[in-house]
Amino acid sequence: MSAINLLIDIVLLTMLVFTTIAIVRSRSLFAIVMLSGIYSLLSANIFVVLDAVDVAFTEAAVGAGISTVLMLATIGITGYEQKKRRSISRITPLIVVFITGAVLVYGTLDMPAFTNPSNPVHEHVAPRFIEQSPTEVGIPNMVTSVLASYRGYDTMGEVIVVFAALIGVLSLLGIREKKTDPVYTEPPPRPILQVMAKFMIPFIILFALYVQFHGDFGPGGGFQAGVIFSVAIILYTLTFSQQDAMDLVPPWVLKRLAALGVLIYGGTGVVSLLKGGNFLDYNVLAHDPIHGQHYGILIIEFGVGLTVACVMILIFFAFISRGDKNP
Amino acid sequence: MILDLYNYWVVIFLMMSGFYTLIASNHLIKKIVGLNIFQSSVFMLYISMGKVAGGTAPIAAEGIDTYSNPLPHVLILTAIVVGIATTSLALALVIRIKESYDTVQENEILELDRISDEETQA
Repeated sequence: MSAINLLIDIVLLTMLVFTTIAIVRSRSLFAIVMLSGIYSLLSANIFVVLDAVDVAFTEAAVGAGISTVLMLATIGITGYEQKKRRSISRITPLIVVFITGAVLVYGTLDMPAFTNPSNPVHEHVAPRFIEQSPTEVGIPNMVTSVLASYRGYDTMGEVIVVFAALIGVLSLLGIREKKTDPVYTEPPPRPILQVMAKFMIPFIILFALYVQFHGDFGPGGGFQAGVIFSVAIILYTLTFSQQDAMDLVPPWVLKRLAALGVLIYGGTGVVSLLKGGNFLDYNVLAHDPIHGQHYGILIIEFGVGLTVACVMILIFFAFISRGDKNP
Repeated sequence: MILDLYNYWVVIFLMMSGFYTLIASNHLIKKIVGLNIFQSSVFMLYISMGKVAGGTAPIAAEGIDTYSNPLPHVLILTAIVVGIATTSLALALVIRIKESYDTVQENEILELDRISDEETQA
């Protein structure tokens, strides 16, 4: 790692430490949520320095974007301030935390040095992924090949977990559609925001599609694209109104599309089974194994993107339709 | 020595801050924020371990022969999206708790639980 990268890494990590201290000490929930957005953005920068561009992408869109919006929607319902607590001892938690921390620090003393190429973590399957995947799977982005092909089964599990979380949120909160005629005032309530949002939304969606379909060659893929796409709809909802957004993308369509994404993923696996391969073995999807891998990755990434986008939008709808004071 | 392990120590600091917020805080949303900090410190640990000196992002390109380890990146990428999904589930539970207890302070919730337990026993 070059000296300048190391310096950037250290400075960013130190900023992260200070942000965390501010989060722990702050009493205002609004400040805490905003600081955790900053925390995510700083983490994303550190991920870039540490070469994890795909992860940085995801963290920036999820942590600094959607997570902050969901937290704000929740504190809009539960209230902004923490009540003063009767003086309960902070000593016990501090002792527990210090002992655990000390044990962990003791554990790191035996760890191999940061960035050393001969670390055990780089010895096992990683060399094979790095050397073989560009020829075996045929796409340059190794993260995508490992995600969608070598560990495709694992990723399917993750998509199902995301879908299951959606089912959980919908059964806890549900989406309340308000069947009132929208009131149009002249001028509109937030003219500058609305004009700017209308200008930006097409570009956000275009960028999401680029991230989705260019994920084989550069950083990106279904998870990132899904999140970025949902951010476009969330921006629309925040600047216009919940009713406008639900007319644009009706929740009943989203629910079916979220399930369809999981089905596309699993269905690809079943098709490869029927064509005589293993589950999610894309080699058999076309005459040429490399083409098969390309098709397989493209299709399952589309399924992932569809599910993630619909799940994020639906969760957001569930949260904002719960609050009364929201637009 | 310090530079060799600096990343790991920051990870431990973040993890312990999250842990402290989780057990010492009285407000449910602040607990969730603590849990998120704990979670993202694990992300930071994995990504730090994946970095290779002199390596670049694991995207094959001409003239580059050292890449960072792609495997931790894959694990963490999916973990982040699963993390936001589970966080939203936790927040949904907090909203339901607010609606039934009219508070999100842990001590008040426990107090209300205790009162209702005594009423059922009486």
